[in-house]
Amino acid sequence: MKPVDTVRFSFQAIQRYPLRTSMLLLAVSIGVAAVVVLTGVGEGARRYVTGEFAALGTHLIVVLPGKSETAGAGGTGTIIGATARDLTLGDAMAVERLARIAQVAPIIVGSGNASWRAREREITVLGTTTEMLDVQHWRMQLGRFLPEIDMDVATPVCVMGSVVRDEFFGNASPIGQWLRIGDTRCRVIGVLAQGGTTGPFNTDELVILPIASAQRLFNEPGVFRILADATSREAVPAARRDIIEIIKARHQGEEDITVVTQDAVLSTFESIFDMITMGLAGIAAISLFVAGVLIMNVMLVAVSQRTSEIGLLKALGATERHIVALFLAEAVFLSFFGALLGLILGNIGSSLLGTVFPILDFTAPTWAMVAAVGVAVTSGLLFSILPARRAARLDPVLALTGR
Amino acid sequence: MIRLEKVCRDFQVGDQVVHALDHIDLDIKPGDYISIMGPSGSGKSTLLNILGLLDRPNSGTYWLNDADVSSLDDDALAEQRQKNIGFIFQSFHLIARLSALENVELPLLLAGAPVAARRERAREVLDSVGLAPRADHRPDQLSGGERQRVAIGRAIVMKPGLLLADEPTGNLDSRSSEEVIDLVEQLNRGGISLMVVTHDIDIGRRARRHISLRDGKVINDEDTRSQ
Repeated sequence: MKPVDTVRFSFQAIQRYPLRTSMLLLAVSIGVAAVVVLTGVGEGARRYVTGEFAALGTHLIVVLPGKSETAGAGGTGTIIGATARDLTLGDAMAVERLARIAQVAPIIVGSGNASWRAREREITVLGTTTEMLDVQHWRMQLGRFLPEIDMDVATPVCVMGSVVRDEFFGNASPIGQWLRIGDTRCRVIGVLAQGGTTGPFNTDELVILPIASAQRLFNEPGVFRILADATSREAVPAARRDIIEIIKARHQGEEDITVVTQDAVLSTFESIFDMITMGLAGIAAISLFVAGVLIMNVMLVAVSQRTSEIGLLKALGATERHIVALFLAEAVFLSFFGALLGLILGNIGSSLLGTVFPILDFTAPTWAMVAAVGVAVTSGLLFSILPARRAARLDPVLALTGR
Repeated sequence: MIRLEKVCRDFQVGDQVVHALDHIDLDIKPGDYISIMGPSGSGKSTLLNILGLLDRPNSGTYWLNDADVSSLDDDALAEQRQKNIGFIFQSFHLIARLSALENVELPLLLAGAPVAARRERAREVLDSVGLAPRADHRPDQLSGGERQRVAIGRAIVMKPGLLLADEPTGNLDSRSSEEVIDLVEQLNRGGISLMVVTHDIDIGRRARRHISLRDGKVINDEDTRSQ
């Protein structure tokens, strides 16, 4: 018997028993739809969380002076207790020139006495560059951020957070006013929108100066840390190595910095969510298994319904292999079409969920869809082996009399 | 063409062993026309099943075309059935979802014949049983006599040497019975060996050779040509 004839013959049999066919299609499609929807939910949650992380800057690399990790492992000749060499603006510029680095924002933090007219208070001052706005995804409420100038050029301008603005200026616009900080003066050019953060600091309470101005204010040649954006998430590990290498070269071969990436945190989250998705997929796979058992039962019924047909086929010269092939082909057909139907139902279900929770994207991952169809067809096949063999082993004489 | 030597077939029924066939010896020559008669339980159907290779003897030898087929495995038996034996059943055993043509084509399909060739052969056979205009009808759209003619077409489509008919007119009215018997007799005149199992004495008498069974034994075997 030719394979194409086996397929056609089975297909005709499927059409012949619409109730049985629709029951099986339903069972398999529910299983597959469950896989699609549940993995979609897992993926949606994962995408949401990683998306939130991306907003914080998944490309972000933070360079700190000093080696905070196991001191003995990295440094040869490191004298215990030696203070780390400071990072400098020169280091920041060197990092900025790296191919895998998109932008760099060195920062320096200190506190100073700020005053405007009669009002005076102690504030936290952050020195940085214009790139900081982008690196930290801050937004402006008024005016503009620090000007685009070389990092080692000091200009008398500043940007402030909203709390600082409220305390000094109330509801009046601070733009163009001259704020005194320590013994320098700077003109206010912008106000940050509320809610920005950088590390432990809330931007609402900050006054931000160009980094060179801040260094002069604090009489401090070093920088507190360097924030760098890699060109892409994939480039982060390589960029990290590049940074360590170039700073080491600039620091006479001594690896005296610590480089922190967001990626490590994100990876942990991703693996947690992968586990959740796998767990949901596993639960859904149970419904595929149940569908498989149902396929087996229905195929067993089909075998007893069609006993005399099987007897006839044997009388006409069908071998056991022919009979097995016919029944397996039927099962594969049913489970494959059931799986396709399940994909459609599952995707409809996901998009319905998506309209209820528009923040989340419930699209199931491709691997889950492929695996669901694969598992459905495989279980359809495996669970039909028993009924098919039973059919093949029927005694033709008894089968022909319908017994 | 066919020779049975001391063929026995026993069935276990409860504690008792029933000898459905008890040392049967039988020779069938090409072109024979044999009727098998006997009361219920005499072993007629068992003999037909053994001859049709649907069942195996417990002992004895079955020679088919000079080959011993009593010890073949299932696949080899299937192949022998396919090539050498055509079955006609009382209840037709047509597949309801298939058209008349597809039913006739079925043995060729199982044999793996190419589509065009088997279509052509099936049409030719359907034409020879007088049902060419009914080719696309399904069994439930055909009369009893027409259904049995489709079944006969299916039985001869592989050009077997032996046609086994088990009560072929049992479910038919007298006019259809006549048509069906005429058809198989016509095929027999074309050279195929014909064996009809029947309760109907009139039909049994039409055969040239009459075999009567009782309790698994041949009690009468007469060839009307030799009289």
